[in-house]
Amino acid sequence: MKVAVIDHGAGNLVSMVRALETVGAEPSIVTSGPLDRFDRVVLPGVGATGPAMRTLNHSGLTGELRGFGGPLLGVCVGMQLLFDFSTEDDTECLGLIAGTVQRLTTSPLPHIGWNAVSSDASGLFVGLARDELFYFLHSFAVRPSDQQVSIGETTYGTDVFTTAVAERNVTGVQFHPERSGSAGLAVLANFVNGAGQVRRVA
Amino acid sequence: MLRKRVIPCLDVKDGRVVKGTKFVDLTDEGDPVELAERYAREGADEICFLDIGATPEGRATMLDTIRATAENVFIPLTVGGGVRSVQDMRSVLRAGADKVAVNSAAVHQPRLIQECARAFGNQCVVVSIDVKRHNGAWIVHTHGGRVDTQLDALTWAARAERLGAGELLITSMDRDGTNDGYDLALLRAIRNRTTIPIIASGGAGKPEHLTAAIVEGRADAVLAASIFHRSLHSIAEVKSDLASAGVAVREIA
Repeated sequence: MKVAVIDHGAGNLVSMVRALETVGAEPSIVTSGPLDRFDRVVLPGVGATGPAMRTLNHSGLTGELRGFGGPLLGVCVGMQLLFDFSTEDDTECLGLIAGTVQRLTTSPLPHIGWNAVSSDASGLFVGLARDELFYFLHSFAVRPSDQQVSIGETTYGTDVFTTAVAERNVTGVQFHPERSGSAGLAVLANFVNGAGQVRRVA
Repeated sequence: MLRKRVIPCLDVKDGRVVKGTKFVDLTDEGDPVELAERYAREGADEICFLDIGATPEGRATMLDTIRATAENVFIPLTVGGGVRSVQDMRSVLRAGADKVAVNSAAVHQPRLIQECARAFGNQCVVVSIDVKRHNGAWIVHTHGGRVDTQLDALTWAARAERLGAGELLITSMDRDGTNDGYDLALLRAIRNRTTIPIIASGGAGKPEHLTAAIVEGRADAVLAASIFHRSLHSIAEVKSDLASAGVAVREIA
């Protein structure tokens, strides 16, 4: 399974590449198109939204990502980039899922550490507990226009927010699966093995 | 609910883990990658590497150590020591760190915090502050504790947050390596002046100390070195003490 790992300039890609290898995929770091050489695409997530979108726009990857028909997984900031607009750096994003990205309100921020994702243990979460712990590192979170795309939710203080989404071929997780031990590797294995594109039946 | 974090800290010099008392008298404690793997298995919530050599040769070795760790340990890695520029931070992140701690360079050039936060997001910028008490005040020290900056630690912590720090790593030099417990008053004072997460460091000797740093010191995470390296106490013992005090932790499977 050939997986493109998009390099948008800022972050740690070592962990993601190694985690994908561990679950049996063949990852390649990609800085430009075409993406149709790949079976799957991961848009990883370290960095700030403004610089990340600028890099994608300059490299032509914005159009490539919008046109990619296979399974796509956005991670952390990569998940936020899937939406229409982020209030971090007031940035227009990829628009693959309708909604915006807003700053959380609970203190302290950033939301750093291990927290539970409540899911129905399907799709990306097959084989995991319905309140599995994953590692988070962020201050902004997505607000989908249609809550039906939400497949996972997390509570931090008074904030309750969507932390996993799936719509058509596009999936996203706010946590770092490549940094969440065996539970995180299971999510990546589900994505690589195809469970990720299964849309939750409401 | 967000779990409180237990973070083993590995002071690394020329590719080896070392540990001192009050920042001096270093002893060899093992291989950083092996230790990081062991701690990940034993339930560490993150791993922290501090490069205390910070020579040009040591720097390259450190990037290799980070890469080898990131390839073998699937929990988060924070790296600090000798980071002086946005480019340094980029190298450390690209090698496989998730968060990067800045210390001396940020004190001398505070806009470094702002530049790093803009480039990589404030979630990955940790400002590390080494603090020593002088006549009832908490004073910032730099360069591995050797330089007294005469800067008030509470003022500096608040300024670091305004500049874009995403987290504070607060080390009490008075307690470091003593195993006498964290400086709880210092932690509370920093908490009252800031709203970003705080990692408590310096003085852990037994599980009750780590629990006190969270319950009484109001820290979000606790960092410890020698009690774990020397197997005086396990991460499991620490988590069990935290859980019995009603603190939510990530249980080890």
